[in-house]
Amino acid sequence: MLENKSVLVTGASRGIGRAIALYFAKSGAKVAVNYSGSEAKANEVVEEIKANGGTAFAIKADISSSDDVTNMVKTVVSEFGSLDVLVNNAGITRDNLLMRMKEEDWDAVINTNLKGVFLTTKAVTRQMMKQRQGRIINIASIVGVSGNAGQANYVAAKAGVIGLTKTAAKELSSRGITVNAIAPGFIETDMTGKLEEGIKEDMLRNIPLARFGQPDDIAAAAAFLASDASSYITGQTLHVDGGMVM
Amino acid sequence: MADVLDRVSKIVVDRLGVDASEVKPEASFKEDLGADSLDVVELVMELEDEFELEISDEDAEKIATVGDVVNYINSKQ
Repeated sequence: MLENKSVLVTGASRGIGRAIALYFAKSGAKVAVNYSGSEAKANEVVEEIKANGGTAFAIKADISSSDDVTNMVKTVVSEFGSLDVLVNNAGITRDNLLMRMKEEDWDAVINTNLKGVFLTTKAVTRQMMKQRQGRIINIASIVGVSGNAGQANYVAAKAGVIGLTKTAAKELSSRGITVNAIAPGFIETDMTGKLEEGIKEDMLRNIPLARFGQPDDIAAAAAFLASDASSYITGQTLHVDGGMVM
Repeated sequence: MADVLDRVSKIVVDRLGVDASEVKPEASFKEDLGADSLDVVELVMELEDEFELEISDEDAEKIATVGDVVNYINSKQ
């Protein structure tokens, strides 16, 4: 489905990003596995891809730093010779009630989850415009659509990503570049593993499909948006949430 | 230095699909040559490749006419 496409996945050492990197590689893509802190985990992802006969390398970059991002994109382009797909997946949480949320926690989440997407998108645009084709897939969140108590910073960033997705889609459409977002619901990862059982049970009651999602549910949706099959879709936010928010 | 104008002209003709006779120094990319903002961004990218230089965002924003480009390139060489 993605034969020989060169792909950059941010935050690919764990969770949804890891699943996307592995799934894309299995579908024939060459994958740059970005990480910021977990070098060992990123190398594990690369080793797993290589063991299955795929092509991948790990690349460190803090996506909230424009220098890091520029260098990362340059490296990927020189390594692969092109850059067909960018998956903006890297994200952090610093949850707290609004009243208790520290300014630094607000800034940290906005810088990585929103500004990071702006910086990577800006950095890949040049290459994709030259190629006259490209796919940008932003991993937002269903809470960016619905809101969520205790996550003002995260929700604001994810809602921002959805707006950024629509704007980038409009700006870049004439150059053959599509930009879409995926809004995952409750996906079982390290990030959601931190939640208490009671909260999980409450959430389950609000999911029509009556189960939590798996990272591969998101990876499959991302692979579709990266494939030629989705060429007439841009500026959309695809909810992959078991029907939680309609 | 006359060839700078020729090289710029060739890129502009290619990129914007205009007639070479329209590419005069006083011609504005947006008003006379039918370019939109994205066309100008692409033009700047191609000029960077052609003349092997890096045009900063600040400088790129000042470019409005064919003459601006030629002057800019001459000032960098």
